[in-house]
Amino acid sequence: MSSRDSILAAVARNQPELLPLQEVPSFASEEANLGEKFSTVAVSIGSKVFRVQSIEEAKQILLKEHSGARRVISVFPEFADVAEASPVSDTDPHTLADVDLAVLPAQLGVAENAALWVTDAQLPLRVLPFICQNLALVVPQQNIIPLMHHAYDVIGAQEYGFGTFIAGPSKTADIEQSLVLGAHGARTLSVFILV
Amino acid sequence: MTGDTKAIKDHAALADAFNADEPRVNWHDETLWFIRQKRDKAAHTIPDWEQLRETASRIKHNVLSNLHDYLLQFESNAKANGIIVHWAADAAEHNQIVHAILQKHKVDRIVKSKSMLTEECHLNDYLAENGIEVIDTDLGERIVQLAKEPPSHIVLPCIHKKKEEIGDLFHEHLGTPAGMADPQVLTEAARQHLRETFLTRRAALTGVNFAIAETGEFVICTNEGNADMGAHLADVHIACMGIEKLIPKREHLGVFLRLLARSATGQPITTYSSHFKKPREGHELHLVLVDNGRSTQLGRENFRNSLKCIRCGACMNTCPVYRRSGGHSYHTAVAGPIGSILAPNLDMKKNADLPFASTLCGSCSNVCPVKIDIHDQLYKWRQVIVKEGYADKKKRLGMKAMTQAFASPTTFQLAGKAGRWFMRNVPFVVNNNLNPWYKQREMPAPPKESFGEWYQKNRKKTDE
Repeated sequence: MSSRDSILAAVARNQPELLPLQEVPSFASEEANLGEKFSTVAVSIGSKVFRVQSIEEAKQILLKEHSGARRVISVFPEFADVAEASPVSDTDPHTLADVDLAVLPAQLGVAENAALWVTDAQLPLRVLPFICQNLALVVPQQNIIPLMHHAYDVIGAQEYGFGTFIAGPSKTADIEQSLVLGAHGARTLSVFILV
Repeated sequence: MTGDTKAIKDHAALADAFNADEPRVNWHDETLWFIRQKRDKAAHTIPDWEQLRETASRIKHNVLSNLHDYLLQFESNAKANGIIVHWAADAAEHNQIVHAILQKHKVDRIVKSKSMLTEECHLNDYLAENGIEVIDTDLGERIVQLAKEPPSHIVLPCIHKKKEEIGDLFHEHLGTPAGMADPQVLTEAARQHLRETFLTRRAALTGVNFAIAETGEFVICTNEGNADMGAHLADVHIACMGIEKLIPKREHLGVFLRLLARSATGQPITTYSSHFKKPREGHELHLVLVDNGRSTQLGRENFRNSLKCIRCGACMNTCPVYRRSGGHSYHTAVAGPIGSILAPNLDMKKNADLPFASTLCGSCSNVCPVKIDIHDQLYKWRQVIVKEGYADKKKRLGMKAMTQAFASPTTFQLAGKAGRWFMRNVPFVVNNNLNPWYKQREMPAPPKESFGEWYQKNRKKTDE
């Protein structure tokens, strides 16, 4: 018998009587102002948050914040004069090692933990939001929802090869519990809430 | 049992060594309690926290009761997504599968992100013996790897290390200035060193936090981004998971991702929660499903709930024994209360001491995000271990003597009287190195009389 079959047989033999899968109860949030809640949590986990009217406004802020950035990648046409357009999908991901700043849209933001949902649909290459030194994500205010349950309601059966929640810059506290921003992923995360 | 009679030192002996440096033990204790407090703060921000735990617990009960079908469902969906699925009955087979994949791709250097399963299977040693270099990329894991030690905590691998010791390691291996112990500077040095590693390795190995039967995808949570850096740069991604990591539906991630980081470190969520559903175009994504004793544990009615664990580490941070004995004293890949109920399933004889490394205070069960009855299981393991004849000989003799004393009122009274007399008149007979009850504590003064004697006297008085 193959290991697969013997494992499955042992599991079938040993698993207890079926306990029904219950519906997940509806969890609610009393948060009145989702944008405010999102911003407070985002700042507490090391992100910078800006409320902007347009991508152009976000661009001006980013150019000032990251004036030293040499290689910038953005999928927004407004960045065409300062950034490379998104790389084609068969680009060698290693060639992104020197990207200073990546600017990408996020599908939705979660107020309770300031996580932003991004999938292949926003990512020209999966490694981009991790390998860049600095990351900026743009989310429309109306796409900020209260809790993770609501996020998965929106995501539903969405088709993707890869998707990720990003909450803040990469960080570690492995050395004596001292928080250090910029472990292996992006050193900074700027979130632009598009109002 | 002491180190003299047993090749591997038991928990008590290893804890003794850890306790030699009292200020350091206090520091370890306080550091972990600080994390426990952060967990409390995070949990208290959620009004429905208890309902969330209950929901997670029920989902996991359903998973265990339907694991066979969920495994099949997951396998078929994962395959349809283009993931190559492998099954490993035990640690040896897991290691061979990983090795074979690497051989096929002619890879002899890999990066690995955190996976307690590969620690359980001793994969690094196996690959090293076969000429394959593994670099751990989680900062804490890289630190213990440089120190040639195993992780001492499942979430905080080098929580037992002082920054000065890490500074010395980095000076030796990464060339940081001697005496440099600033966490910011050391982390930056590791970032530079590991970035170079990420960019030059063709295979990446990762663990799995959750696998979803409904969609055939799996989720990896990190704060550092090391799993993603490894997986998205390498030609081959190998993910290894225990078969109990399955959850039925994608929507259930909403429950578990709310609980995991809050329980682990008090964060609202980890920085990255990455969902891997399909391989990158033109690349291979392998997933190894590992049993290694899990199906046996599933059949142990009293212990199967340990398979609900989502590896947050909350039970360790709160445990008064873990905090004051350190993770290495548990001599097993997963330390602390949860490790002590998982390990005897793998090797009852070797891990017979672990269920006794607890005060049974129940704090572990109270903080567990999936409501595992950890302290009850510790208590039940003790009974199994004694029955099977694996208990410490001294403990067995003591228990026998106690049984006799408690069974006969005459012996009980005599023993009490003798004990009080000895403690009063010749305390050195009991207060010496041979009696562990006197270690690091003074005993209270012995009472003049027992409750029985007091009752006899006072009862007579009222009767008169």
